[in-house]
Amino acid sequence: MSEFEPKIVAFVCNWCTYAGADLTGTSRIKYASNVKIVRFPCTGRIDFMLLLKAFAEGADGIIVSGCHPNDCHYTSGNFHARRRWVIFRGLLNFMGIDVNRIQFSWVSAAEGAKWADVVNGTVTAVRELGPYTQYRKAADYLAQQDQSIIDGQEAMIIK
Amino acid sequence: MSKIGVFICHCGENISATVDCEKVAAEAGKMDGVEFATDYKYMCSDPGQTLIKNAIKEKGLTGVVVGACSPRMHEPTFRKACAEAGLNPYLCEMSNLREHCSWVHEKNEQTTEKAIDLVKMLVEKVKKNKPLNAIKVPITKKALVIGGGIAGIQAALDIANAGQQVIMVEKEPSIGGHMSQLSETFPTLDCSQCILTPRMVEVAQHPNITLYTYAELEHLDGFIGNFKATIRLKAKSVDYKLCTGCGLCTTKCPSKKIPSEFNEGLGMRTAIYTPFPQAVPNKPVIDRANCTYYQKGKCKVCEKVCPTGAIQYDLPDQFITEDIGAVVIATGFNVLKTDFFPEYGYGKYADVLTGLQFERLASASGPTLGEIRRPSDGKVPKKIVFIACSGSRDPAKGIPYCSKICCMYTAKHAMLYQHKVHDGESYVFYMDIRAGGKNYEEFVRRAIEDDGVNYIRGRVARIYEKDGKYIVKGADTLLGSKPVEIEADMVVLATAGVSNPGAEELAQKMHVSYDAYKFFAEAHPKLKPVETNTAGIFLCGACQAPKDIPETVGMASGAAAKVIGLFSNNELTREPLIAVVNRSAPPVFSTCVGCFMCQTACPYNAIEREEIKGRDGSVIKTVAKVNPGLCQGCGTCVAFCRSKAIDMQGFSNEQMFAEVMALLNE
Repeated sequence: MSEFEPKIVAFVCNWCTYAGADLTGTSRIKYASNVKIVRFPCTGRIDFMLLLKAFAEGADGIIVSGCHPNDCHYTSGNFHARRRWVIFRGLLNFMGIDVNRIQFSWVSAAEGAKWADVVNGTVTAVRELGPYTQYRKAADYLAQQDQSIIDGQEAMIIK
Repeated sequence: MSKIGVFICHCGENISATVDCEKVAAEAGKMDGVEFATDYKYMCSDPGQTLIKNAIKEKGLTGVVVGACSPRMHEPTFRKACAEAGLNPYLCEMSNLREHCSWVHEKNEQTTEKAIDLVKMLVEKVKKNKPLNAIKVPITKKALVIGGGIAGIQAALDIANAGQQVIMVEKEPSIGGHMSQLSETFPTLDCSQCILTPRMVEVAQHPNITLYTYAELEHLDGFIGNFKATIRLKAKSVDYKLCTGCGLCTTKCPSKKIPSEFNEGLGMRTAIYTPFPQAVPNKPVIDRANCTYYQKGKCKVCEKVCPTGAIQYDLPDQFITEDIGAVVIATGFNVLKTDFFPEYGYGKYADVLTGLQFERLASASGPTLGEIRRPSDGKVPKKIVFIACSGSRDPAKGIPYCSKICCMYTAKHAMLYQHKVHDGESYVFYMDIRAGGKNYEEFVRRAIEDDGVNYIRGRVARIYEKDGKYIVKGADTLLGSKPVEIEADMVVLATAGVSNPGAEELAQKMHVSYDAYKFFAEAHPKLKPVETNTAGIFLCGACQAPKDIPETVGMASGAAAKVIGLFSNNELTREPLIAVVNRSAPPVFSTCVGCFMCQTACPYNAIEREEIKGRDGSVIKTVAKVNPGLCQGCGTCVAFCRSKAIDMQGFSNEQMFAEVMALLNE
């Protein structure tokens, strides 16, 4: 297990967490290097299709992080995101996916140390859970199904 | 086929100490669609930027990725460099190799691997980038100031003195606001009217200010630089062109028993009235709800006595529309009144007053001409109790916040009382003294030490009347909560500062957010205190939260500076990173199905309905349309859209998916 290094994607907002991660850098606080940050204007922009896509493409864990409630640069984007996360977690649970693979957090632009904690905590948690292939397999299976349906349709047209 | 250029910066040793920059550049050169990749010691330096510019020209690059520091730091630098070389600036992206990689990881292979991944993500993203052009919005250089108190006056004068046009709308017949009601002002005890009235006159006479008193904002449409305001001019029943302000009508009016708003109900006014002798404009209005003529159809005394024939009973409300570029909200506050304090007997006992009422009693222009006399019998009170935090800092009353000004004005009241009634005794019940301000603490100490005001730390439980005295029952918490009873002649409650009635309605009219207490909400509590979330609408003064005069004036000048800054350009240039609803060829026109989920999600009301019409003029479908003037580019609507009809420029679905897939696909 010790060789397994999880691939973790972080979806963060530009104004709080991205700036917070910048502060982690300027404060030279070290954290695990297997986290890669994708910048969004606001957590409200983060479509959950992106999270599912990340899992389908082989991510083992995901961090979603934005501004604290009431600190959103756009007033309410993070509230929309929060509402969506709650539902999405429920959906994941229903699907039998371990919700611990997704970490939701609030990290402000002043919380450089917190960002390092969030990353390290997530890496530790996901490392314990092991590699995540369940959803990728399902996605591959569905893709095959789709392809066979398309193939079938083509065959019908030729007839 | 895309030709991407990748430029890896060493940032001196900041990146190269832990990341093998040559290797990153070499790996980047092998990536699909990358035409050119190199590394350099300082990419942001002049030679570094020249390197990028030359590569764009020589290799004909269609996109640029700079692997350097945070885009929050140098994105504008590199975008500008690209633009100078003839490449659309929005085809340039930055990969954050310093803050997110070299500075936070140890020197090893994984760190370099991560750097390569970070570059790859942005290479894939930039392939999907589209050239964008900055949005230009024309600006109408005229500001609307709502509210004619000290905040509005200061903001209007600052804007007008900068040479811009201002329209001021005040709902009362005169400007001046609460400051004109005050007797003296802390901490210098200078007379409020003396410093305010010259400014009121200046507003009325300023060539750049159009003043509408007895008027209210009816409707506001549009967006930054291009608002359209409809203003209701309430019928004054007096033709201001003819009226000379001689005041004969107000002295002859037979309805003299109407409680004066200006005197907080302690004095009376007539039905045709000016709020106070120094009013600006100094011309009367008829209060139709209390005028005998309007109520009973008979009287017309004012018409008979008016020497110029200015009284016109059938004047209707007028509506005017104005094109404006920016709005300053300065509607101020109010103090808590009515029967909010049954335990203190407010409303029941004539001599239990609010702070603002006491202010009128102490004022030289007030109903008693500045003598402290009981409203009930006109006697001078020999013992007076002030109760701070009446309502404030009291979640049970629904006002958990500190009203900020009460500690100071209570000290001032006690001081004024001691100055006017030398043998009087004054007591102040307080929770804490919050005197944070220049010379504020000294002022409170002066009240206690020089003027002998008795401060008692504790709350008052109850006030009741006994033998013509008010018994104030409280506790002294500094003496172990020992019960205290004071026989007072008068009680003054430092009632909480609350939002103005109608603030909520006004906020909704302007699409500005407000907080739980119906105060207007600023865009950011620390860094954008005078902006609202709606671009082009600013706020100042006590409409945001209770404030003292210095803070209000400072804030008003701040809001004015924002407006002047906005008006310093003929056009407003905005980042094109906004949401756009897609367009396709007929008969579909757009994949938008018109569910308008985006409209409910948008914090800026930037999404409008658009009817798509056929050749015969019939409506084919109604779809969403983003107003580029209002959209701030949060992208919340994009995540909400069920039919994926709305997308965000610069952070489009295509770009974001490309980024995620690049990261994970090996």
